[in-house]
Amino acid sequence: MANPAITPELIAKHGLSPEEYEKVLSILGRQPSFEELGVFSVMWSEHCSYKNSRPELRKFPTTGPSVLVKAGEENAGVIDIGDGWAVAFKIESHNHPSAVEPFQGAATGVGGIIRDIFTMGARPVFLMDSLRFGSIEGDSDQAKTNRRLFAGVVAGIAHYGNCIGLPTIAGEVYFDESYSGNPLVNAFCLGILRHEQIARGAAEGIGNPVFYVGAETGRDGLAGAAFASRELTEESKADRPAVQVGDPFREKLLLEACLELLATDCVAGIQDMGAAGLTCSTCETASRGGTGVEIDIQLVPQRAKGQTPYEVLLSESQERMLVIVKKGREETVKQIFEKWDLPYAEIGVVTDDGQMRVRNGDEIVVDVPARALADDGPLYSREAAPFTPPAPLDLASVPPVDPLKALPTLLAHPSIASKRWVWRQYDHMVRTGTAVLPGSDAAVFVVREANKILAASTDCNAIYCKLDPSVGSRIAVAECARNLACSGAVPIGVTDNLNFGNPHKPENFYQLRAAVEGISEGCRAFNVPVTGGNVSLYNESPAGAIDPTPTISMVGRIDDAAHITTQAFKGQGDQIILIGDIGSELGGSHYLLAIHGRKEGAPPVLDFEKEIAIHNALLGIIRKGLVRSAHDCSEGGLAVALAESCFGTGFGASIDLGETGQRADVDLFNESQGRIVISVSSTDRSQVESELTSSGVPHRFIGTVTAVPDLSITTGPSVYIWPVSNLNEIFENTIPSLMEY
Amino acid sequence: MRVAVIQFPGSNCDTDCQAALASFPGVSAEIVWHKETSLAGYDAIVLPGGFSYGDYLRCGSIARFSPIMGAVRTAADAGVLVLGICNGFQILCEAGLLPGTLMRNNGLLFRCESLHLRVENTDAPFTSALRKGQVLEIPIAHGEGNYFAEPEILKQLEANGQVLLRYCDASGNVTTEANPNGSLGNIAGICSHGRNVFGLMPHPERVCDPILGGTDGRGLFQSMIEAVEKPKS
Repeated sequence: MANPAITPELIAKHGLSPEEYEKVLSILGRQPSFEELGVFSVMWSEHCSYKNSRPELRKFPTTGPSVLVKAGEENAGVIDIGDGWAVAFKIESHNHPSAVEPFQGAATGVGGIIRDIFTMGARPVFLMDSLRFGSIEGDSDQAKTNRRLFAGVVAGIAHYGNCIGLPTIAGEVYFDESYSGNPLVNAFCLGILRHEQIARGAAEGIGNPVFYVGAETGRDGLAGAAFASRELTEESKADRPAVQVGDPFREKLLLEACLELLATDCVAGIQDMGAAGLTCSTCETASRGGTGVEIDIQLVPQRAKGQTPYEVLLSESQERMLVIVKKGREETVKQIFEKWDLPYAEIGVVTDDGQMRVRNGDEIVVDVPARALADDGPLYSREAAPFTPPAPLDLASVPPVDPLKALPTLLAHPSIASKRWVWRQYDHMVRTGTAVLPGSDAAVFVVREANKILAASTDCNAIYCKLDPSVGSRIAVAECARNLACSGAVPIGVTDNLNFGNPHKPENFYQLRAAVEGISEGCRAFNVPVTGGNVSLYNESPAGAIDPTPTISMVGRIDDAAHITTQAFKGQGDQIILIGDIGSELGGSHYLLAIHGRKEGAPPVLDFEKEIAIHNALLGIIRKGLVRSAHDCSEGGLAVALAESCFGTGFGASIDLGETGQRADVDLFNESQGRIVISVSSTDRSQVESELTSSGVPHRFIGTVTAVPDLSITTGPSVYIWPVSNLNEIFENTIPSLMEY
Repeated sequence: MRVAVIQFPGSNCDTDCQAALASFPGVSAEIVWHKETSLAGYDAIVLPGGFSYGDYLRCGSIARFSPIMGAVRTAADAGVLVLGICNGFQILCEAGLLPGTLMRNNGLLFRCESLHLRVENTDAPFTSALRKGQVLEIPIAHGEGNYFAEPEILKQLEANGQVLLRYCDASGNVTTEANPNGSLGNIAGICSHGRNVFGLMPHPERVCDPILGGTDGRGLFQSMIEAVEKPKS
């Protein structure tokens, strides 16, 4: 098949601007071949080059004494956790593929992030995910579509994670109209390794052979990176061939084979074939190694006959790796691949001329400086729209609603309701390390081989980010840290997934910039490095851009198993203390959204100094063995937090907030930051109170855990009582009953 | 005592089983690759959970052709204890070492959760350290755990006391609500006629360490270990 002529239309179809094409011409000193045009198109897409976001991403704090591999250096960052052990972790989006083919889109998102981790030489140990969909309530076509997407994404994650044998131990799921037609699927993986096991994605050693291992290359996922860098439209369904098909079994074999291989001394460099497939892995390894790589397309294992070099180069078939083998060690490598029944081939060699050169037999189809492709892509500083901070909510405009009715309504909001329906489909216990199951503030995982206990949480309240991207992003970081503190953990690192709309629109670009600055500020405050992450722009459906969603995933360390703390009340008579203030802010709250249908006001104020003092004070009393349960107040405020601490325990709680001088709905449902509900045994109460007082953090005794299974809250003269079983039933049944269609 | 934990391509509870077994004094658990053909010298054999060959065909239907399965059959015929957990149970059924089959869950979804099991019979080397009627809390994690057998076979299983575990509620009542997958008779685990081959869908290896929230899995392994050790002493 003859290649098409290079025309302005073809260039535009490849997503290259006239200026970018000029740059291609000046790099090559000639017109590109059709294959080269494709290679530039994917490598210079936002997905691979971060051309619109990289100048912003440089603002992240990425260094620290524990950082062994920095953000952006390799496929994932690596953090020291002591005793010669380290963790590699990262989050990555698969939003666009999941919008057109939810099952495979989500499945391959999981597969891709797992490969990123074992490419580093780490054994993956657990997964998390952050998911967002449009509303799943009602009978509209849109709601039906959203339910189909939700069910498909969850099934796809379950399919991949369960089969490969990695527990999905935590996550978040939100439902909001802004994600209709453009769901978000962000998958996180963490792996564990010894310091000396860190593998590099560099093509080192001139003359070293280049091996291809894993699934045969097919036509799936053609130019998926370019697809991911466009807005979604009605016609996006036609892009379904840009979605890859996952094979978790193949990846399990690939994972085991690669870890076995990396334990030998045969590997000079290793890189997975993710976005932009063979193209990206060859030019990136060459660029990192300061070398060139030459491969022959005809040697690549192929699934279908008659694929063109263009297709083979741009395919995003999954479960493939590129391995640079030390010359002379080829036999050992082959034996390992054969043991695991994996297709492999020696497809090329490391060269000294810095070129990414691709042959199709005798013909050279691509001959491009690797560095120009991987690192010298265009960079843009887009225009950010001026931002006016939102006006504070006028409380007088919010008619008070009886809390007796409001609490069940909030618990029935799909974003707040139990996600058991989701995580019951995930194997969250395989690898026998899950010490705190999904559903508490943070998941806790024991890494037996390293004798370390890790905690992880993923958070982002996108309503806050919509109203004020800077404040919302800072809150996302603080909430992650708060969740870790509630589990007894100290944060050690952050990975972020920046989900935004088209950056050419100044209001979207402002959101991106403000979010990066807010996250940076948060990470500096908590003294944790950003170890890497992912940027997903162009999250727009015909209805407009998504709410800005800078998802934060934070990993923490727990020093002693005795410090592991969960949100559930533990015993009758235990004393309940609220750390932080009663609070008063309803702006951007779920109460305002779920009860009044309004997404407005200013998000809550975040005071890092106070927040950190609270986390440290909590950790202090946890370490002294004084805390029986801890749960932070987030969406739905204090009342939802109290109800959640009762669920599944058989206990109730009797709460008296005293005379607060404000409306009951404000007391119960405000989302002021820095608030944690703890319970302590009655004998420890005075010690806890004096410890908190000497730490200088606000706190108050608010009630008792009761044998009577009612949640009773008194505020001023009003008393509200709910049977916990009624609340729990609403909380648990909401999503299953919506999904029984 | 030496226990072989078979590693099929796609096994993913192999190291979990190894760690659980190794937590018992005197037990050495070794991973044995499925391409091996001998199990000589092992006192017991564990077929762990996972997705052998991806379970893209009927679960276990390819793994039963693995080279190691000849040795598993020989050992089973010789009376060596063989324990199949989850995918291991599916493989044992496919291999004909246990009767019946495991179909798709009746709710069609994969289910991972902690459940209650009632010990139905202690006259087997896998339950001898337990009490009849004892309620254990052990998690399941499967999409295909819906036990089915022809009525005639089911009748024999019941008559011979081969049903060792049933899904039940927290008080030990065997109810429809307590059945997570539609298994006939709430069956969670059965043994062979010779009683030395045992398959179950729940994962006892996941509740052998208090930090993971329970130790109810230990009794099954303890029984197995005692059954091997007793004749020796």
